[in-house]
Amino acid sequence: MKPAAFDYVRADNRRQVVELLAEYGQEARIIAGGQSLMAVLNMRLAQPKLLIDINHVADLAYIELRKDCLAVGAGVRQAQLLARSTLMDEVPLLALAMPWIGHFQTRNRGTVCGSVAHADPSAELPLCLVTLGGEIVLESKKGKRIVKAADFFQGILTTDKRADELVVEVRFPLKREGITYRFREIAMRHGDFAIVSLAAAIGADQVELGIGGVADRPQRRSLPRGAALPDALNQTAWSLDAQDDVHASAAYRRQLIRELGHQLIEGV
Amino acid sequence: MRVTADQTFPIRLELNGRSREALAEPRTQLCDFLRHDLGATGVHVGCEHGVCGACTVLVDGVAMRSCLMLAVQGHERRIETVESLADDDTLSDLQQAFRRHHALQCGFCTAGILMSCVDFLERVPDPDETQVRDMLSGHLCRCTGYTGIVQAVLEVAAQRQTNKGV
Repeated sequence: MKPAAFDYVRADNRRQVVELLAEYGQEARIIAGGQSLMAVLNMRLAQPKLLIDINHVADLAYIELRKDCLAVGAGVRQAQLLARSTLMDEVPLLALAMPWIGHFQTRNRGTVCGSVAHADPSAELPLCLVTLGGEIVLESKKGKRIVKAADFFQGILTTDKRADELVVEVRFPLKREGITYRFREIAMRHGDFAIVSLAAAIGADQVELGIGGVADRPQRRSLPRGAALPDALNQTAWSLDAQDDVHASAAYRRQLIRELGHQLIEGV
Repeated sequence: MRVTADQTFPIRLELNGRSREALAEPRTQLCDFLRHDLGATGVHVGCEHGVCGACTVLVDGVAMRSCLMLAVQGHERRIETVESLADDDTLSDLQQAFRRHHALQCGFCTAGILMSCVDFLERVPDPDETQVRDMLSGHLCRCTGYTGIVQAVLEVAAQRQTNKGV
């Protein structure tokens, strides 16, 4: 299908973007890579009055290594971040998970912040952000605020972002010493929506396990290692209110969390 | 740049090495603009939500879905479609290999796949089969089962490596 009619603004700077957002509120949508939004517009699931294109806002296309995080601006394409040669040393979970985002062709245009703002429950970047305990930086005419990933994602395609705010940056915490990072995903085909995706930050006695594709938003659980792990994984599997859908049953999703979770964490 | 819903905007872009201009509304998808306004009917439009890959073109040399871009976003960009590949009547090495390996049947998906391959082989000149299949996961082909496509891409990569060595 074709999108319903909308006004279009190619913004030059952030000031212009937040002023338009303040004026139009829910009637406006931001477009960056558009790899989710364009599909939504084409199917007329969204019919905004105004589309604000931020692809030409110059000071958003940055990747910055800071003391405790890797900060990624709203103009950065997924392919750009994935191609960063030091990514495995800085945020290994991203280097492991990002090849699973869509396809080569969509990563070329899709942005990191756009995926976070879209908040698909099966998306890899929100899962990484929640698992690592990252942050989202939002900007409006009134100023900036920083939201923790755990508070940002509120449900299917629903976030703490207000209608007058722009996601300007996401911050991924850096690799910690003594922690092993792993990622696994099961989908109908590579690049398709995850049936279950698991991201793990594994320590000697404890693991932070992130689960995507099951609940209405990415979830994180602290689990013990060793003999207590299978029970903890089983409880986790039952706690997520898994649903049947055309791709997989709820029981299969729970089984994947138990089995893949154990394989992922214990490496067996 | 601001264009209201009922206005058209004069879009200037480079299409397959030639400067082109035509009017488009803000809501016009890049794929439709290329086909209907500029006549590049090699751009095939399948699913219109970024899944099938048939409409893949190069934007400033990078493979992208033209159904997930607006015509206005193509303004002042360099676009290449499948029409750019052959040199008059001589097919490109990729096209010839596709033909040799029966890497197409109905041909609907082929234009998009070829454009992905152009970008992919620039960045990964010596891929293994897994990498080729990973790149192809962004395209749906209902005729070939992909085997011929994989063979064609691997053969062209090997040929180009050999030619480079000479």
